[in-house]
Amino acid sequence: MSAIPPLHAPPRLRMTGIRKAFPGVRALDGVDLEVLPGEVHVLLGENGAGKSTLMQILAGACPRDAGTLELDGRVVTIGSPRDARALRIAVIQQELQLVPELSVAENVLLGRLPHRLGVVDRAALTRHAASALAPLDPDIDVRQRAGALRLGAQQLVEIARALSTDAQLLVLDEPTSALTDRETTRLFAVLRTLTSRGVSVIYISHRLDEVFTIGDRVTVLRDGRSVATMPLADTDRRTLIRAMTDREVTETTPRRAAHSSALPAERLTVRGLCTHDVLHDVSLHVRAGEIVGVAGLLGAGRTEVARAIFGIDPIGAGTIAIDGRMLALRTPRDAIAAGLGFVTEDRKREGLLLDRSVQENIALPVLRSLSRWGVMRRAAERSLATGFITSLRVRTPTPRQPVRTLSGGNQQKVVLAKWLATGARVLLLDEPTRGVDVGAKEEMHALIRRLASEGVAILLLSSDLPELLALADRTYVMRDGRVVGELQGDAQSAEQVMALAVGA
Amino acid sequence: MIRSSPNVDAPVPPLWHRLLRSREAGTGVGLLVLCLGLWIATPFFATVDNLLNVAEQSTIVGTLAIGMTFVILTGGIDLSVGSVVALAGVVLALVLRGGHGVPLAMLAAFAAGISAGAINGALVAFGRLPAFIATLGMMSVARGVALVLADGRPISGFPDALRALSTTRVGGVPVSVLIMLALFALAHFVLHYTMLGRSTYAIGGNEEASRLAGIPVARTKVIIYAIAGASAAATAVLLLARLNSAQPIAGIGYELDAIAAVVIGGTSLLGGAGSVTGTLIGALIMSVLRNGLNLLGVSSYVQQIAIGVVIVVAVLVDMALHKRSQTLTV
Repeated sequence: MSAIPPLHAPPRLRMTGIRKAFPGVRALDGVDLEVLPGEVHVLLGENGAGKSTLMQILAGACPRDAGTLELDGRVVTIGSPRDARALRIAVIQQELQLVPELSVAENVLLGRLPHRLGVVDRAALTRHAASALAPLDPDIDVRQRAGALRLGAQQLVEIARALSTDAQLLVLDEPTSALTDRETTRLFAVLRTLTSRGVSVIYISHRLDEVFTIGDRVTVLRDGRSVATMPLADTDRRTLIRAMTDREVTETTPRRAAHSSALPAERLTVRGLCTHDVLHDVSLHVRAGEIVGVAGLLGAGRTEVARAIFGIDPIGAGTIAIDGRMLALRTPRDAIAAGLGFVTEDRKREGLLLDRSVQENIALPVLRSLSRWGVMRRAAERSLATGFITSLRVRTPTPRQPVRTLSGGNQQKVVLAKWLATGARVLLLDEPTRGVDVGAKEEMHALIRRLASEGVAILLLSSDLPELLALADRTYVMRDGRVVGELQGDAQSAEQVMALAVGA
Repeated sequence: MIRSSPNVDAPVPPLWHRLLRSREAGTGVGLLVLCLGLWIATPFFATVDNLLNVAEQSTIVGTLAIGMTFVILTGGIDLSVGSVVALAGVVLALVLRGGHGVPLAMLAAFAAGISAGAINGALVAFGRLPAFIATLGMMSVARGVALVLADGRPISGFPDALRALSTTRVGGVPVSVLIMLALFALAHFVLHYTMLGRSTYAIGGNEEASRLAGIPVARTKVIIYAIAGASAAATAVLLLARLNSAQPIAGIGYELDAIAAVVIGGTSLLGGAGSVTGTLIGALIMSVLRNGLNLLGVSSYVQQIAIGVVIVVAVLVDMALHKRSQTLTV
């Protein structure tokens, strides 16, 4: 951790009494935040606590109602993202902002392309971009199309873009949610280099492990207020979680008791699954009421397994059966009819109609059963939605609320509700708690357990190892598109999983 | 952001409140202001006869824009509808001239319109062509087929039953206006109360999520473009009744008027947001504007400028209002 300069130096950033209200919601209700030069300042809080709004104000994307901002002791106003850039503030959003059709290099230097008389200097472009990206991942070819990269690599490109702006204050919002451990380690090394040069970092993450690894101090937000600021060296997880939630939660719930010897029948059986590019001979099964994890480094083929099972990607060879009945799945529609549900990794792109209501989103896969002669039965639709809003505790003022306005955890519950509405017997969950806060994560875990206890077969694809270990009855480990191991009961440990995943 | 407990029984806000907040509010206010201005500017505008005339003038673009609204809601576009109007009109005329009755002729016209639309839809949905390209092709093909069938000449002389569509009045209101309003009501019902409507908004809002939710995206698109073809056929019937003549060169540029009506009505070209109510208001705005400028003695050249400006201003205002409604959504 970097040395903290003497306290009489003005802080890099001081936000005082920041307030922001949206109609009906007080998003920020007096937030104070002080970030010193050369420190990594962690911002913690549940989704909805106000972190994102606060950072939007800092990024110039959203005006504040009250409060002052000082940079290096000077009062500043940030009216636009351009102002933020001029003040050498770089914000890396949680949502990717890449232009998929442009090359990696063009994305890194977007808006600042090196040029001679308006003609892009391609050599300089490649050189600058490669040098910005190299410390994060030297293997990414900067000339390839950004859209062709997997999510984690795209995230790195995004980070490289911010790093290359020569910012003095860097905001990272959940930067590691799509990164492998190795990439995370590299990112942290880069951050340490930056802070040793006096750059300040505001770091938002729900992963307490990395918060303790990288952070110097932490400010906890709760319900739009800053409730505590302290050095991370003087605190522990329990204290932080309590400050965030104002209630005791057990962070990692112990694994469920192993199933009794009388095993229920296999509900989902996959044999010899191959896709032409990624998967090789993948076989796995999930019994009714079982939670089966799939672990593996990014790029190991986890998501591809789910996509192939759900009829999205064409299958080269292999069979998929539910309750022993062989399925010929050619489209997601077939998969849904067969009793499958798929909570995708990227809920905004693949899961939700952001501008439509909670109610319409939940009804989407079951329009047919909610209609008669093609006409929607609105009362039935509403009561279906209301039922799930209550049972999953979706925090929304009404079922007609546009999904866009909900927090990440609540959006994810809407996605889950969609599949529960279909009465799915097999749920494929791909990173079900990506980008949701600790409290919502616990809730989601409890929900997953509840569904399993009701007999749903659950295939859990997750890069969050503690999550897998806490939930899964069994875990398959994948590497390079193959299943390289299966761990059961007490044999499932972080060390075992990692050993298989990296091929040690 | 939302910390309140699930208050699912919250009362629905009062009607005027919802009206004011709806996407159509801005466009509706625009229409009212326009009418008010013309009322003050010229004594000839706010007469019953003139207003009915305005309504009648709006039927062609209005009817055509109904199908266009569906297509644009899915994020597509249909450039072929003007040509399909001509094609359906020629088919209608030929069947009539062949001595068959009006019902059979209308059936044939709709079959032609729906086929052209379904081909567009299939090219977009299964051929994965951009809608712009597929319908640009159909624009030329349908026009060509119309010219071939009619041998390049207008066809005229139709039974009174068809003429009656443009001459009959019910309680003083031209029957063509009533037909258009009925079609708008039907479209409104389909969009807001049926599976097809839900699928339309869903595909426009997020096609990938819709596909993964099991919405039959391709099939729905074919249906949507077929609806655009059907609305072109309906337009052809109204046009023929009015002109008493089928012209293979009819309807040139109509597709752009229809798109303008949809866009002025607040439907997003990106898809997923908008309504036929807005489109009706949009078609009326264009009709009122043309009529008012005529009454004021403004030349038709200048009218073109005015309409162009209105399109751009309407969308600018809508974008500003939409931004507002995004922060106000409760």
